[in-house]
This record gives sequence, structure tokens and C-alpha cells, in this order.
Amino acid sequence: MATILTQTNEYTVDAAAGLQVTAADAFAVTGWTLKPEGMCLGDLCVPMPSAGGRIDLAAFWQKIGNPVVSEGDVWSLGVGADARRDGLAGLDAPDFELQDLAGQTHRLSSLRGKKVFLSSWASW
Amino acid sequence: MDLPVWQSLFDSLADANFMVVAVAMDSRGVEAARPWIEAAAPTYWSLIDPEHRVASLYGMVNVPQAVWIDEGGKIVRPPESAGSTDHFRGMDQVTKTLAPDDAKARLAARTAYMDAVRAWVRTGAHALPGDAARAALPALTADMSLAHAHFRLGVWLQQHDRVADAARHLAEASRLHPESWNMWRQTADLEQVGKSGGPEFWARVKALGDKSYYPPPNLPGFAAD
Repeated sequence: MATILTQTNEYTVDAAAGLQVTAADAFAVTGWTLKPEGMCLGDLCVPMPSAGGRIDLAAFWQKIGNPVVSEGDVWSLGVGADARRDGLAGLDAPDFELQDLAGQTHRLSSLRGKKVFLSSWASW
Repeated sequence: MDLPVWQSLFDSLADANFMVVAVAMDSRGVEAARPWIEAAAPTYWSLIDPEHRVASLYGMVNVPQAVWIDEGGKIVRPPESAGSTDHFRGMDQVTKTLAPDDAKARLAARTAYMDAVRAWVRTGAHALPGDAARAALPALTADMSLAHAHFRLGVWLQQHDRVADAARHLAEASRLHPESWNMWRQTADLEQVGKSGGPEFWARVKALGDKSYYPPPNLPGFAAD
């Protein structure tokens, strides 16, 4: 078993030899689908070797420009600089969901129609 | 502290179509942020971000930084120092006080910043045109992306009591992204509460030399960096 950390989620998946995961798990984690031509998102396909219905998710994630770091069986799939830059280039405020003290979830984009002062602070 | 200042800002704009979204970058989680939030009792959104997700999304590197977002969800001012200044660097290390002139200048800057936010909400002032806003976006690098991946892993390991492993990944994050005070100070805090503002912090601030800790925003009342 391996633990995969994405920006917003945590997954426990059956993994072999590094991060060889099933096509179903690869889809659940990344949204990309394993097809004969490779890993696909919509019309876009990236050639990717697969064996026995499994793919090396770490290799795939890096191939599309994202960082991967690990510690034992815990894997952190980051977001590459190009994707981050693309996300900001149009000046659309990147959306996110976070909880308040009471555990209630708030989504930034639900404030559309208002001006928002998004500010950061910390207890430390 | 910033939370009460933002409450005053929010109260003064109660009739406007406006929201403050204050995000606590606190990898120790809800309990670290709770006393501050309960004391300020904010009526705006006050959210907890243990993984510093918002810093990663927007390229924030310090607190307090703020992003101004218009009604259409567009960034009209990318992350910048939210009213704090470098006057703290002249603090008397024994008495922890500022010279009166510095204290006054610090307060004036904070007031000028909040006035600028208010003017923007009321009239649209200080919103950057698209090209200028794009030019002011942080320059994100592959090393920063890698740093955030290490930081995410480090925080998870810390939360799962794998402290030695966590420390390695958190240190690597700071090494890859040395401009991020958030990463360095959060890491120090996870190691030991108080360390984020201890002697090592002051040594790092001193090592900035002529560089700003809080680069001044390009707004009225702030000197150019």
C-alpha cells in the first residue's frame, strides 16, 4: 500500500515497485485515463508504458511537468511551475476550499460578485 | 495582530459588497489558530490552511500578504505585504520596543494600507490593469514547485509523528525556496513553538541586509522598495 498526497487530497492505494498503480487508482488520483495510446485527459494523450493494467504514476506525473517527492511509501504529487504560472496568467483567482474553526467548508469562488480581500496570517 | 485590524476594515465596509478571507497558515492545525481567532471573533471568513495550500496557489511567501480579487474573480493586486513594514527590524532586542518615530511610521503605513483597501472597495481605486497585475505576479520557478511538494510531504509526516523524516523534507523545502519565510518559520514553529521568532529568525532577517522583509506595496504612503 502507498499513500499519495495531492494538493487537496490523500489517497491510500495498492502500489507495487515504487508507485505502480492500477488504472482505476491513477484515474481517481489524477483524473487521467489509461488508454492504449497512453494516459489521456480529454483529447490529450501522453504516451506511457503500462503493464498488466498498471502504470508508474510517479513517472507519469513527472513526465507532464510536475514534481514528485516521496518518503518510504508516502508520495507527494506536486504541481509544476508551468501549471501554476498558467493558472495565474489569466488573473483568475485560483479557487480553493478550506474549513473554518467550526469545521465548515468555504469555497472562494462562492464569493463571486463581491470584492475579496484574501489575506494570510499565522499563529507563529 | 492583523485579525482585529481586518475586522475594523470589514466593519467599516459593512454596507459594501465585500468580504475578507483570512487564511491561517498553521500546520499545527486548528488548535494553533483557535485562540487568536476566538479573541478576534471575526465576522468575515477565517479559514485554516495547515498545508499552506493558498501560499502555493498564489505564490505567497510571508504573512501578512494579501491578494485583492474583484467581483468577477480576477486578481487586481497579486500578493503583497498587507500593511506590515520593516520597522520591526529596528526593535530594541531587550525591551522589544520600537523607537517612537518608527512606531508612528509603522502605524501610519498600516493605516495607509487599510485606507487603500477601503478606497478600492468604494471606488475601484488602486486596482491594477491586467498588464500591470500580470507583471506583478510572483515569478514561480520549478524549485518553488518542488519546495511545495516537499513541504506538503513534510507537514503530513509531522502530522503522523514521523518527526525526523518530516524535518528533512521541511528543511529541503526551505533550501529550495529560501524566499519563503512561511516555510522557514512554519518549520521552526513545528520544531519548537517560539523558534519562528527566535535568534535564528533574527539572524536570517539581519542577513537580508538592504533587502526588505516586507517589500512595500506600490500604494500611496509607501516608499518604493
